[in-house]
Amino acid sequence: MTAARNKPLDLAALVRDPSTRVVVTCGSGGVGKTTTAAAMAMLGAESGRRTVVLTIDPARRLAQSMGLTELDNTPREVVGVGGGQLFAMMLDMKRTFDDVVLEHSTPERAEAIFANPFYQSLSSSFAGTQEYMAMEKLGQLVAADEWDLIVVDTPPSRSALDFLDAPNRLGRFLDGRMIRVLTAPARAGGRTGLKVMTAGIGVFAKVFSRVLGGDLIRDLSAFVSALESMFGGFRERAQQTYELLKAPGTSFVVVAAPEPDALREASYFVERLSAEHMPLAGLVVNRMHYTVGEEPFAAARAEAAAETLAAKNDPTLALTIAALRVHAEVAGAAEHDARMAKRFSAAHPGVPTVAVPALPADVHDLDGLRRIGELLSPA
Amino acid sequence: MPTRTAALDAGAQLAPAISRKARLHVVSGKGGTGKTTVAAALALALTAGGHKVLLIEVEGRQAIAQLFDQPALPYEERRLATTPGGGSLWGLAIDAEQAMIEYLDMFYGLKRSARGLKKMGAVDFVTTLAPGLRDVLLTGKVKESVTRTESDGHHAYDAVVLDAPPTGRITKFLDATKEVASLTKIGPINRQSDGVIKLLHGSQTAVHLVTLLEEMPVQETIDAVGDLTANGFTVGSIVVNRARPALIEASMLGPDNAVDPKAIAAGLRKANLPPALAPSLAEEMTAYADRLELQAENAARLDAVDIPRITLPDLNPPVELGELNELAACFLSTPAPAGIDA
Repeated sequence: MTAARNKPLDLAALVRDPSTRVVVTCGSGGVGKTTTAAAMAMLGAESGRRTVVLTIDPARRLAQSMGLTELDNTPREVVGVGGGQLFAMMLDMKRTFDDVVLEHSTPERAEAIFANPFYQSLSSSFAGTQEYMAMEKLGQLVAADEWDLIVVDTPPSRSALDFLDAPNRLGRFLDGRMIRVLTAPARAGGRTGLKVMTAGIGVFAKVFSRVLGGDLIRDLSAFVSALESMFGGFRERAQQTYELLKAPGTSFVVVAAPEPDALREASYFVERLSAEHMPLAGLVVNRMHYTVGEEPFAAARAEAAAETLAAKNDPTLALTIAALRVHAEVAGAAEHDARMAKRFSAAHPGVPTVAVPALPADVHDLDGLRRIGELLSPA
Repeated sequence: MPTRTAALDAGAQLAPAISRKARLHVVSGKGGTGKTTVAAALALALTAGGHKVLLIEVEGRQAIAQLFDQPALPYEERRLATTPGGGSLWGLAIDAEQAMIEYLDMFYGLKRSARGLKKMGAVDFVTTLAPGLRDVLLTGKVKESVTRTESDGHHAYDAVVLDAPPTGRITKFLDATKEVASLTKIGPINRQSDGVIKLLHGSQTAVHLVTLLEEMPVQETIDAVGDLTANGFTVGSIVVNRARPALIEASMLGPDNAVDPKAIAAGLRKANLPPALAPSLAEEMTAYADRLELQAENAARLDAVDIPRITLPDLNPPVELGELNELAACFLSTPAPAGIDA
């Protein structure tokens, strides 16, 4: 069997290509996704394109290196970029949600929604909202039509692809009976609502009022009713974003590290994206370890040699023994990473791939991003 | 099936950082730090002395099954391993939808309505529009596993280990019940939430944070300690995973961690290896020494928080079952020296 070797992925070419308008990165946590997104945006900007990068939750020093100090939803120009212009912004989930509400309802209604305790927790704290809001923001950035290139980082989880399900899920929910149950009390008006609902809709309403309690049902009902007028807009928006992601000019970049969990997630993303006919540019495998020498010198052989020398009990050999043990560590990691990467490419031979070496320290400045950028193209 | 391990043999004691007072051990960490592996190793260590331990996952990844080389876990407790001294390790993958059906059945006898609820979009509602309810269901089921008693009045499990969501989300996850309870001033969720909140905030629960000795994971760990403590949770330990062994003595290094290739070459000859390898070995040694320095700096940053620490060696994943025992031994007070069988 010949080892599968995937086509090289050239991300510099991707982000410099004038027809590339949107790049979305996805991957599990801890694989360097945000740094990769920032480095791609930098590459695009320095090729002369007006670029914006939307990050979700960047590490503090990476954010600082781009001049980002707060979550404020405003693209801010990064100082020190040559060629084009780079803007960076951090997603403010709550404010994005607030803007959506304001846009789709009357000011009075918006006030009622903002005051509802359900809205307060839904918009600021619960998982899942982030994915929707990231996509909402992407839709706004595209609609603004002032960017040559938009790079979007997604939240670090499998649910990052939840937005792909959003149109269907919203549709199922809106067409379901649940919404009628929940909006019945408000339709019937005021405090008697619960009784009307219980009498009118039967067993399901009973279940809900028994499980959740009357107060909750009232708040929830008020919330859903207030939002109801916006649902059509939500659904339409979700559908538009979905279409946008499939449109020419959008590319997905999956980011992973050479570890079983991260690559399993990467496989999931690759399969999911291809099932949805979303344009996948390829895979970035970050944090690869390599040995220094050109000649192959296996970890096991280095370890065995270290043992042989150690048995001689000669203190002058201590340095060579240490060097061999260090090599055994380094080569062990390199062999492991190569095995992992090969396993992935064997399973997904059609996915263009670029491997990025592990760097000793995190990126803190624009030069660090430029160095990563150089590594994102095959040599 | 699992291999026996000397370290877990009769008389093995838990390291002081791990308290038997805690019956629920919540394991969190930044993504990519290996929290699932650490949770499994801790669970295995807790079986020492003949204890029955349950390992729970909640993120739908089937990571436990993969680690223990078993088919996907159903929504049901399954035995994963037996350990010397009569201990046993069980596994459970909690699924929010199943937990919701069980919850309705348990408290309201409504199992039959569940299908209808699904049809009318209630399940989508829970997972889409009110995702906090999902965390409420997951933590509710965890609480049930911790407090369940057998007919003889003893707890079904001596300890429960939860492979929890990552540090960025852990406080919100653990307090989801509090959040939802504040929305439901009366009613059954509110009444049941009391128990969950008390358990998670009490001395029966310890949160363990897994980190690597790298800048970002260490920063997240320090932030999480502050956040968890401020919200009334007990942080039991910080688990440093994948620590690189200190293979180099200071006397071997020159300025800027330079290493003399000629001195290495002399030794290589005695091992019948080509001396031409020396320059690249010297370069690797310098890079390794640099990384050890960074590792030491990051370890020093962890000193800022006063939490007991446990250090695990670097095993290249996937971690094999036998290696899991080696990691488990690190949670015991007398870890067996590597390569020596008691």
